[in-house]
Amino acid sequence: MADFLLELLSEEIPARMQAKARNELARLFAECTGEAGLSTGAIDVFSTPRRLALIARDVAEATEASREEVKGPRTSAPQQALEGFLRKSGLAKDQLEERNGVYFAVIERAGRPASEILGDTIRRIVADFAWPKSMRWGDGSLRWVRPLHSIVAILGEEIVPVEIDGIVSGATTVGHRFHHPGDITIGGASDYVEKLRACHVILDQEERERLIREGTEGAAAAAGLTLLPDEALVVENAGLTEWPVPLIGRFDADFLDVPREVIVLTMRTNQKYFACTNDEGLLAPAFVCVANIAANDGGEAIAQGNARVLAARLADAGFFWEQDLKVPLESQAKKLDGIVFHEKLGTVAGKVERVAKLARWLVESGVVKADPNQVELAARLAKADLVTGMVGEFPELQGVIGGYLAKAQGKPQAVANAIRDHYGTPSEPASVAVALADKLDTICAFFSIDQKPTGSKDPFALRRSAITSIELIVSNGLRLALTEAVRGSLANRAGSTADVALAHRLDKTASEILDFFADRLKVQQREAGIRHDLIDAVFALGGEDDLVRLLARVSALQAFVETDDGSDLLTGFKRAANILKKEGWTGPQVMSSAEEQGIPQTGEEDPLVLVEEPGLKEAVAEMASGHAGADLPEEKALITALDAAEPKASTAIDAEDFTGAMAALASLRRPIDDFFDHVTVNDTDSAKRERRLNLLMRFRDAVNQVADFSRIEG
Amino acid sequence: MSLSFQDLILTLHRYWGAQGCVILQPYDMEMGAGTFHPATVLRALGSDAWRAAYVQPCRRPTDGRYGENPNRLGHYYQYQVVLKPSPDELQGLYLGSLTEIGIDPLKHDIRFVEDDWESPTLGAWGLGWEVWCDGMEVTQFTYFQQVGGFECKPVTGELTYGLERLAMYIQGVDNVFDLKFNDAGVTYGDVFLENEREMSAYNFEVADTDALFDLFRKAASECERCLEAKLPIPAYEQAIKASHVFNTLQARGVISVAERQAYIGRVRDLAKAACGAWLERAA
Repeated sequence: MADFLLELLSEEIPARMQAKARNELARLFAECTGEAGLSTGAIDVFSTPRRLALIARDVAEATEASREEVKGPRTSAPQQALEGFLRKSGLAKDQLEERNGVYFAVIERAGRPASEILGDTIRRIVADFAWPKSMRWGDGSLRWVRPLHSIVAILGEEIVPVEIDGIVSGATTVGHRFHHPGDITIGGASDYVEKLRACHVILDQEERERLIREGTEGAAAAAGLTLLPDEALVVENAGLTEWPVPLIGRFDADFLDVPREVIVLTMRTNQKYFACTNDEGLLAPAFVCVANIAANDGGEAIAQGNARVLAARLADAGFFWEQDLKVPLESQAKKLDGIVFHEKLGTVAGKVERVAKLARWLVESGVVKADPNQVELAARLAKADLVTGMVGEFPELQGVIGGYLAKAQGKPQAVANAIRDHYGTPSEPASVAVALADKLDTICAFFSIDQKPTGSKDPFALRRSAITSIELIVSNGLRLALTEAVRGSLANRAGSTADVALAHRLDKTASEILDFFADRLKVQQREAGIRHDLIDAVFALGGEDDLVRLLARVSALQAFVETDDGSDLLTGFKRAANILKKEGWTGPQVMSSAEEQGIPQTGEEDPLVLVEEPGLKEAVAEMASGHAGADLPEEKALITALDAAEPKASTAIDAEDFTGAMAALASLRRPIDDFFDHVTVNDTDSAKRERRLNLLMRFRDAVNQVADFSRIEG
Repeated sequence: MSLSFQDLILTLHRYWGAQGCVILQPYDMEMGAGTFHPATVLRALGSDAWRAAYVQPCRRPTDGRYGENPNRLGHYYQYQVVLKPSPDELQGLYLGSLTEIGIDPLKHDIRFVEDDWESPTLGAWGLGWEVWCDGMEVTQFTYFQQVGGFECKPVTGELTYGLERLAMYIQGVDNVFDLKFNDAGVTYGDVFLENEREMSAYNFEVADTDALFDLFRKAASECERCLEAKLPIPAYEQAIKASHVFNTLQARGVISVAERQAYIGRVRDLAKAACGAWLERAA
């Protein structure tokens, strides 16, 4: 057994691809050696900007020899059968063994030396490696992420020979590009890491990450500052360096007038620098960069050079900021009528108008408690920063820039915050109103032109918008009649573009949108661990478009069905429902049935409305309640329990106390169990049978007040 | 003493000349990048080996700032090197050129940072890096994979140095117009400041847009006539012309977002057709 070392040296591998590349290397290696039956111990993979490396411990010297016997056709079988067998086994007829009138193919595989298998493995790794993008170079046809230069492949102390498109494996690699430009010879897996370290290459990315994490913090601390931690930036810098050296640099404090986000983003995205804060948590005019060399002047020139580059970038940003400050957001908003929102939906200005109306409605109808004028103003200015120079340069700062500008231009704080936060899921009332109106309008507008998400296609991210809307409604406890809001939004859209056809289709589109919300709600709640059958059970009640109430009901239901009371009651309910279904029982049988009168039945009719005979009404009601003539104690007990539970449950539901409603139903558990234990429903006495069926129906309907229990699984 | 702007160019010429590059003079047409030069685009196609280096003035009308921004110019220079097939030691050769112009890689932090290059107007793309020197992008380094929609076989390695930036770095100057152009006291501003002012005014305010639209149409139809006559080089020149006219129209702000794609597509079709004709003729 020996350790195996593989290094693939190339030109600089993009930092963002390195983590996946390490996994890919390990996966392909394990797959190839596994298929060949070569056993190995632990596999470690490493990357630097220039190399991908793998060390496999305890590789077997060879694979085991194997012998496989395959039974073929009888010797008397037709010629085609024999030919087919020969094709399949790859043998000639005289290589087959014949035993008792049957052909056998005996395939013996000698053990293969590890070196041979590793050679094949390397070839396959290079050929099959899945890079996000690969390229050719020179006049070769090989593909790799960037030109591949050399392959080190050593098993124990022996080179594993392999040649790929003119690259011959060996024991030679290079150290750091500038510190040790010459060749270095590797003995094997045992000295690889330390030889590289001696040549200014830290192979292990995790060690480089640690050095960067600690070094950047240390550099900031030494200057009396605190580093703004940024793990993604640590990883990226580790992917850009073989010998990371953190250095601190400064920039002119005048640039701090530019919004903090702009400075941090410029440093991070464009320059890969870390930002620092002072004692008060304010942004400090300093940055920490990570060089790839231990410079011969201690890094002074590097820090200065980086500072100059940053100064130029911040000057650019500062220029845009100064320009943007001069233009009132109101004037910028006017330019939105030159930006197409969608070819069939008009301009962004048109959208802003609709959002402003809807946001104001959300306040005036009491859904959100905020100042309606402030909300409308915020909605009207929310998209104005899209035409600023700053957002042109940094699109990811949409909203943030608008918020800063609004504040600088003397708008109320609530307005500035609403502009800043309306793309997300804010909690300040004015921000909530603008955010929700924006999303609802987007969803309704695209549905109105039949641009619904289908399958994997959701080009306008409407699913995301719906999920965000749901989060806004639920986390802020907004009591919104969604149907009304959606219809209002659609009417708004139809009105703003004089779309008569839309006005006619409004009912259909509104119901499509509500179904879409229901689906999204299920997906979102499933992720939150809520059972979808319970959501179905509540949805099945129909007419519930207040998401807050709906979810309160679902969550009380989930808590309930997970108790013993709940699961027993569910069992009782199912038993009752099954009996009713089996007996085709639809209610008290009085006089002529609706069917006989020629009225189509939908199953939802109140049996009492059919009764006009004076005095009979009460009688039938009594029948339905099951009171009339109840004789067994269990029957009476169930009636008493229902009499107590029904009004309690109704009152609780009206008060939106769903836990209370469930508790009221829980009191039916024992009586219904006893009823089933002692009462025969299908009594030979038809009056008794009828009475008992009516009682079961009453029980079922009482339970169904809270949710459609027939939808609940288990 | 650090290199003047003109000595920077001369040093690069000597260096790349010694690598077997043909040292060409700028192409005598307006273009947005050194890549547009036929010595890069057309020569990247086909199987013949090719090495060339040249300075190319680049005109980017939208980048003009009336000479008021220390870092932005509507007219500037690129130093372009193309080597086909790309040699194995291309990175090393490039780093050698940096040492030659006075950048010590043990004092300055040189980095190859991912940057995939794509030119929608040329139907071209490649993989490579932007090369950083102490955090500043000084060179675009690309292995061409496709040009004019055609696979590059063999692959051309392209190096594009931003000369003004590089010179500002070497000279330690914060304003491009303060660069010393030569060692006899002439600055970059002496040579180009007035040019920047006037060209910005022309590109943003004065250029006759009707005439430019007309010019675009004429260049496009002239390109097609050349293609019919099986003359790929003049056809390609007309594509370059159309591309520059389009850039100027953009600076004038008369091309809407929706139209923009259509114009780029038109230029690309012309460039692709010219490239196709060039390949056909070479075959």
